[in-house]
Amino acid sequence: MKKIRLKHYINYLILGGALALFVALDLLGALKRSDASLLTQIGYSIILAVSLNLVVGFLGELSLGHAGFMCVGAYVGGVLYNMLIPACGTVAALLIALPVGGVVAAFFGFLIGLPALRLKGDYLAIVTLAFGEIIRTVILNQDFFGGPMGLPSQRFGDRLYILAFALAIVTVFVSQNLRRSKHGRAIQAIRDNEIAARAMGVNVTYYKLVVFAIAAFFAGVAGVLYASSTSLVQSTNFSFNYSIEILVMVVLGGMGSITGSMISAALLTFITVKLTVGLPSELAAIEPLVYALILILAVMWNNAPFLRPLRVKLHDKIAALRDRILPHKEVDGSDAAATAAWDTIPTKIPMDALLSTDFTVDHSFDADRPEKEEK
Amino acid sequence: MLTGVYLPTTGRFFLDGEDLTGKSTVEISHRGISRTFQNIRLFSNLSVIDNVLVGMTNRKPCTMLESILRLPRHYRTEKELRTAARELLDVFGLDGERRTLASNLPYGKQRKLEIARALATNPKMLLLDEPAAGMNPHETAELTETIRFVRDHFDMTILLIEHDMSLVSGLCDSATVLNFGTTLAQGKTADVLHDPAVIRAYLGDD
Repeated sequence: MKKIRLKHYINYLILGGALALFVALDLLGALKRSDASLLTQIGYSIILAVSLNLVVGFLGELSLGHAGFMCVGAYVGGVLYNMLIPACGTVAALLIALPVGGVVAAFFGFLIGLPALRLKGDYLAIVTLAFGEIIRTVILNQDFFGGPMGLPSQRFGDRLYILAFALAIVTVFVSQNLRRSKHGRAIQAIRDNEIAARAMGVNVTYYKLVVFAIAAFFAGVAGVLYASSTSLVQSTNFSFNYSIEILVMVVLGGMGSITGSMISAALLTFITVKLTVGLPSELAAIEPLVYALILILAVMWNNAPFLRPLRVKLHDKIAALRDRILPHKEVDGSDAAATAAWDTIPTKIPMDALLSTDFTVDHSFDADRPEKEEK
Repeated sequence: MLTGVYLPTTGRFFLDGEDLTGKSTVEISHRGISRTFQNIRLFSNLSVIDNVLVGMTNRKPCTMLESILRLPRHYRTEKELRTAARELLDVFGLDGERRTLASNLPYGKQRKLEIARALATNPKMLLLDEPAAGMNPHETAELTETIRFVRDHFDMTILLIEHDMSLVSGLCDSATVLNFGTTLAQGKTADVLHDPAVIRAYLGDD
């Protein structure tokens, strides 16, 4: 039984489609330089949000130091560029810096995972917060890393956004495949009830450390990307505020939702950059205010009781639209019908060659995903 | 204590001659003791079948890397585990609800699911901690049937901690009564339940 389930590919479709669109625009010469750099930022923001979602959404631990891991990656990237580029050229340096930056950050993620074995909730959040600040401060005071002046780095061309998006797809791939496996179930079991997970023989120690390490790895990769997009790496960029921004992306996207993290990362980055660049300097102070307003509105949209009728209406509209576009088997008129239609797309859907690698795989055993809870 | 959540101050306990005192919860689970909880502790945001599948995590070897890269062994493992999980759910009459979230099940079924999840680890010994807590007589009767079925069809020892006498007398071969931490009576269930000392402890003097 071969079934292709749209929801397993929707993230790749979104990212791949967006990338294809931008590349097309780029080739037509319609992509401005500022747009390209914005796209790179969006790319690594997606990596950051999706990887933080592993810790916050799947493992259920609050981490306030994600920018710290990115900082590690960025400086490793910067140092490697300075060392390697004279010797072996820019492309090779980039290819070396990406995994090395990731691995070094993963090592720090592992270190942070250690207290996570004993601390929970707020206390762990404080530890991660402290970590982020310590890393930043230590680097700020080391002459080796350029001190307060920052570390000169290699700025790659505008096309860097292609790499950023490709790596975002890799992040989504890892995160999604991890979730839909026995390991992902074990991780979510720890989130839901750690004592019961232990009693079921789930190796909590192992999973906590690994999840922290994987999340930090991708934050490190995002850091290297950042280092490749700027001529000067400065530690002030990785402040506590930035960790919070990443966390906001995850929370706004709905904790545990990869698609949500992706979209809100892209949107928030877009808004932030547009506000910073677009506002005249006298009004620049408004930026945080607008940001806050958007957040408040988004949270209200999701939760406010008086908006419920509107929400339901929109939800129905989307469902109707979906049913029109996507053919589906006749199902009984129960509530499950909409979900079922979403899940079982009987015919092939056109996809980029990039995404079709996994196409003929048997997904029949995946038929047991939980149904979406009705609002 | 038996599952390593608390450390015993004195005494030791063995399973098949192996000293498990002071081992970690995970370790003890690997050695074959599985349990349910007095206050239900399901993985509430996972589906019914995923709850059982978590119990099966250690059944098949399949590394995280294999899962992430979607190597053949991942698919094989998933398929085998899923089949086994559905069989187990079927036994408990939960297969039809395998896609519901565990927290959306009614109370009685949550209890059943907890037992199914405990069995998923393939234990040598199943520990039921007050399974009838918070149940009405009807639900208790149904639960008795479930446990009896497990006793008869699965090859394992069941340790039941319970003060609902109808459940105890209906199921247990032997019973031990504890009163303030000391053994009050031990032996065949019928004998123990008729022991004057036990009756006194339960119902008071006179």
